Amino acid sequence: MSIPLPLFIAIPLATAFLLPMFGRKGKTAATVLANLVTISLLVFAVASIGKTEVYEIGKWSIPLGINLVLDGLSSLLLLAISVVSAAAMLFSARYMEQYTAKAKYLSLFLLMVAGMNGVVLSGDIFNLFVFLEIASLASYALVGFGCEHEELEASFKYMVLGTIASVFILFAVALVYGNTGTLNMAYISEAIQYSGLNAGLDFALALFIVGFGLKAALVPFHAWLPDAHQSAPAPISAMLSGILIKTLGIYALARVVFNVFGVSVSIGWLLIILGLLSMVAGAFLAIGQWDLKRLMAYSSISQIGYVILGIGLGATLIARGDNLAWASLAILGGLFHLVNHAVYKSLLFLTSGSVEMSTGTRQLKQMGGLAEKLPLTRTTCTVASASIVGIPPFSGFWSKLILVIAAVQAGFYWIAAIIVFVSLCTLIMYLKVQRYVFLGELPENLQQAKENKGSMLVAMVFLACLCVLMGLLVLVPSLKEIILDPAVQVLTDGLKYSADVKGM
Amino acid sequence: MPYALCFLLFMLGLYCAVVKKNMVKIVIGIMVMEYAVNLFLIMLGYRSGGTAPIIDRGQLEAGMGQFISSSVDPLPQALVLTAIVISLGSLALMISICVRTYEKYGTFDITQIRRLKG
Amino acid sequence: MLQKEEISNGAKGMTIIVKTIASWVKVLIVLFGIYIILFGHLTPGGGFAGGVILASSYVLLMLAFGREFVQKNMPLMLVSKLDCLGALLFALIAILGLVFSGVFFVNFLQKYLPGWPLKLLSAGTIPLSNIAIGLKVGASLFLVIFLLSTFRRDTSANR
Repeated sequence: MSIPLPLFIAIPLATAFLLPMFGRKGKTAATVLANLVTISLLVFAVASIGKTEVYEIGKWSIPLGINLVLDGLSSLLLLAISVVSAAAMLFSARYMEQYTAKAKYLSLFLLMVAGMNGVVLSGDIFNLFVFLEIASLASYALVGFGCEHEELEASFKYMVLGTIASVFILFAVALVYGNTGTLNMAYISEAIQYSGLNAGLDFALALFIVGFGLKAALVPFHAWLPDAHQSAPAPISAMLSGILIKTLGIYALARVVFNVFGVSVSIGWLLIILGLLSMVAGAFLAIGQWDLKRLMAYSSISQIGYVILGIGLGATLIARGDNLAWASLAILGGLFHLVNHAVYKSLLFLTSGSVEMSTGTRQLKQMGGLAEKLPLTRTTCTVASASIVGIPPFSGFWSKLILVIAAVQAGFYWIAAIIVFVSLCTLIMYLKVQRYVFLGELPENLQQAKENKGSMLVAMVFLACLCVLMGLLVLVPSLKEIILDPAVQVLTDGLKYSADVKGM
Repeated sequence: MPYALCFLLFMLGLYCAVVKKNMVKIVIGIMVMEYAVNLFLIMLGYRSGGTAPIIDRGQLEAGMGQFISSSVDPLPQALVLTAIVISLGSLALMISICVRTYEKYGTFDITQIRRLKG
Repeated sequence: MLQKEEISNGAKGMTIIVKTIASWVKVLIVLFGIYIILFGHLTPGGGFAGGVILASSYVLLMLAFGREFVQKNMPLMLVSKLDCLGALLFALIAILGLVFSGVFFVNFLQKYLPGWPLKLLSAGTIPLSNIAIGLKVGASLFLVIFLLSTFRRDTSANR
């Protein structure tokens, strides 16, 4: 059963405005309704794998009206968004009992999901900006949800930097409109193919890279990410690090660079350099951290570097006119790493939330020996850490292997060496987490720590099973053809996007 | 030429948002940047000697040809309306965070609000 | 409506001249706001501008009479529910387009009540969307300004 595309955006939006009407007495009903919405979105997203569709809103045909486009890349990201948001909403049914104003939290969460679905499905560049702003505003409010000292400071930093990025993106959209006269992405790419890039469009491309790069937390635009991910409540850290930076940053960047503007060798090399900087800087900065969530936030920066490296490598190979198979292998590695990272990083943040709820602290030096007290949390954390480090047969190993093979095949041996070196640094930082949190001796004040039951466990176990099973996405050829190959095909086709959209 | 002045206003707002140390001044700098981008968007649709894009009865009965050839572009105006609404929401959120931070820390100076380090 | 003793109560708000004039002018402001919302498809304005004007009438009351007066006459829970109601109405109009004509957000009233161009009853669902947006924006802005004005200068300012 497939639903019309606008319902992916309209259902969470309408529910977000329905929930505050329940008032204070209907808190349980509100939580149940919100969970139903996210789980049904997951079912719809799975049902729409493999379909491509262009939906014109209001029956206005394409250059006059707005359209929604579902192609391979959109359906892959829609799947990732629904999985992580379903797990995080299930986790927060129990975790958010310690905060007041839970109905507002659920509304903001659903608004963020609606915004992200809109970014992924939109076929119009101003519509992409509007949904990006909706998702960003909801996330600024959610980061500072607890209204303590640190959370407000982190939220202010995140908000100032995020708003400046959004203003850059709006400026770039204005420049694109002024130079091409249309706002629909298919028509813009056709106009650019016809007339080539002039100075205004080059400046617009630079502004897009800065704006989307800040949303994706690439180095040197990463300054907001450690504070924001450290201070947010745990399910919000999982959503932010798991899908928000990928949807608003990497998906939008890939869509604009590959499908609208067209790749060139300089853009590809810029993306490769940014990816390498992110990987190395994130890994080095993470090893010295003593706060659990801050360490995981820095390792997010490092893993996003892998994704941008894969995509940039593919862009360089396409622009140089090399063998298209090498380019699609690099992009496959990048996109598969994106989906993997969404699953295991959100699992890591959820386990850190569980540890924090049991022990009341986030500092590594104050914890230790929690292996007997929190057995299920320990198992899921170990599964996620093994995935992120890249131990076979967990999912992280396969994506890193594909990236290394792609780099070696293209002739860049030094890039492959850096990938392996950063994997070793990731191993060091997660061994540190395991040793300080779970092994060692139990301090005095944590003798009464006990496992949290209920919805939190269900969410963590669900994500842990996915971590183990995701390796099958590349090993089983039929699954790979349905889910991953269309996404890679969209990016390697590049400028044929406009012909595809107009033909559908 | 007016585009260059618009860009200068944008740079002024960016300078203010980056250099100043008071939280409210940073917010004002961001608002100036957003005004500059809205102004740029409206100026894109201008046609010299153009009229406002509102139809009245005389133009409707005389056929739309003269209206289409002499009115300014209405699409950037719709984009600017949306952008103004978005910046209103963003401003409300920023000001409320400033107010709450003042209640907690007692100062608006960002060099004093540095609990998160490293 | 406003009682005589509340108007002449000099303890809160401003002087009696401001209070009397404000209570007359408020009606005109609300009327002007409703005009801008309803004629949004014919003249400049529309939902957002009309909603801001509606909210500003209550801000005038807040400045002239003090916050407690406005809170007594317009309880916050009601305004918050009106806010959600406006957004749900807008979503309902969009989904009704899906139900009636098969495509999301289509202007379905154009087939049933065509109206004449340049009259008030024209352009299908656009005036209804304007009313929903005006309600939502007015309620939201009023809530934001009211809640931001509870700023206290020196509470818990410990480091």
